[in-house]
Amino acid sequence: MTALVLIDHEAGAIKQPSRSAIAAAAQLGEVHALVAGSGVQAAADAAAKLPGVTKVILADAPAYANALAEPLAALLVALAPAYSHLMAATTANGKNVMPRVAALLDSQPISDIAAVVDADTFVRPIYAGNAMATVKSSDAKKVITVRAASFDPVASEGGSASIEAAPAADAPATSRWLSAELSKSERPELTAARVVVSGGRGMQSGDNFKLIDPIADKLGAAVGASRAAVDAGFVPNDFQVGQTGKIVAPELYIAIGISGAIQHLAGMKDSKVIVAINKDEEAPIFQVADYGLVADLFVALPELAAELERG
Amino acid sequence: MFRPVNFAGANVRPEACPPSVADGPHIQETARQLMKILVPVKRVVDYNVKVRVKSDGTGVETAGVKMSMNPFDEIAVEEAVRLKEKGVASEVIAVSLGVAACQETIRTALAMGADRGILVESDAELQPLAVAKMLKAIVEKEDARLVILGKQAIDDDMSATGQMLAALLGWPQGTFASKVTIEGGSMTVVREVDGGLETVVLTLPAIITTDLRLNEPRYASLPNIMKARKKTIDTMKPADLGVDPAPRLTVVKVEEPAKRQAGRKVASVAELVDKLRNEAKVI
Repeated sequence: MTALVLIDHEAGAIKQPSRSAIAAAAQLGEVHALVAGSGVQAAADAAAKLPGVTKVILADAPAYANALAEPLAALLVALAPAYSHLMAATTANGKNVMPRVAALLDSQPISDIAAVVDADTFVRPIYAGNAMATVKSSDAKKVITVRAASFDPVASEGGSASIEAAPAADAPATSRWLSAELSKSERPELTAARVVVSGGRGMQSGDNFKLIDPIADKLGAAVGASRAAVDAGFVPNDFQVGQTGKIVAPELYIAIGISGAIQHLAGMKDSKVIVAINKDEEAPIFQVADYGLVADLFVALPELAAELERG
Repeated sequence: MFRPVNFAGANVRPEACPPSVADGPHIQETARQLMKILVPVKRVVDYNVKVRVKSDGTGVETAGVKMSMNPFDEIAVEEAVRLKEKGVASEVIAVSLGVAACQETIRTALAMGADRGILVESDAELQPLAVAKMLKAIVEKEDARLVILGKQAIDDDMSATGQMLAALLGWPQGTFASKVTIEGGSMTVVREVDGGLETVVLTLPAIITTDLRLNEPRYASLPNIMKARKKTIDTMKPADLGVDPAPRLTVVKVEEPAKRQAGRKVASVAELVDKLRNEAKVI
């Protein structure tokens, strides 16, 4: 039994959610990693160092340059005969590509697994994480996306896999990548950060998110937001933590001016330590917080920045 | 931002005839250029309902619970209706697959501006692969050139049907769309990706799945709700589409997620920082 994991990579580095997907795959048996892209030898070298990976399949061609679903799915289908499980992290890329692969293999995908029970059986959240379903697949090949927050990522170093070139696969020419407008930030990515500081509707404006900056700077944190703050136009959608945004599980999550709607809790409740700062002491966020501070955030945030500075 | 419309008691006429197929070749050609859009709509537990896991662990309680159209599907209906209003589409067809009560969900789409509905009636559980196969059959029968779906249903959270339908049809896909522009034979889709936005160009026919910021769905006006009652809903069964709807995933059990213990309140910022440094040791 061997699993093939589609790797998300950037600038020659393996993204953390993919290292979690490798960890999930390792519970099933042997693990191969697929690195697809254009000019991505460095990423393949990095994937070969991941502990648990025994072989890296490198698909280096212009067709894979921007991770379009159509050529990537065709590639995975071409590789599928050698594998029992085809997997990826539940990222924008994994969610885009894997169901397409599943349909082409006549397999019902198993999305966003949070635990591996056995080779056919997995636990996955439904209803925005308000229930956990254990499902058993009857398909010959399982196509799976992995909730990164539920599996500790494998280390970046320690393995020494061989690298093998992928055979050429069809590349449908029905889609074309035009441009990307990625948020520029010196901060870590939300899904990979050790600390996340998020603001909610209580921040009152996008400008007030500046109050979070010195705290995030001091803690080396990523900055997130609730859906309410995104809907109100305070910050862009890629800040969104929650069922309809990103799922995070940092060591420390600080929720500021966030009431704690179900859909937000679904995105952060696996964090190791949760801090809530809210002036409403009845806010549901306090029911999941390890440390709650009932306070006006406009007073508390400058104090917190000063207190951290003092440390 | 979501505005469910309640259609309890709507008068449904499964016996109604489909539109005439006797249109001349010229009209058919025009209709082909102004493409038909198919919009699948799913009946789900309303997003405001706090779901409860059944005590026997077989699923979540849905009896007596308010049901609504999946919020992402409302965005899909809105986008399709806007494309028709812009003169890009000739007809918007709302499709729902599931129990007879899915007619209400279709009526909601009709009240928002969809032209007619199709109900694939089944009391058995339908999983995304089977749904995608049935939608493929309907797309081919209707000669639709664009399908707009919600990016995920808020019940099973699979986020799979759109991508699977695209694969089965051999069409390109624009998932998690926040902006769609159609010009000539192609479509430009701005997609929500992890680090921001990405723009792709797809050759029609194609699939779109909607993200939250694509549009803000309209309220159905009372006159439109009345008009919707007169629109046609065709009813069929999975077997009529030649699809075996048997689930591939068996639910072994459904459980409550692990509960977090509420912690404690701290009195000041200084105490908070002290606890984080010396007790939790996370900073």
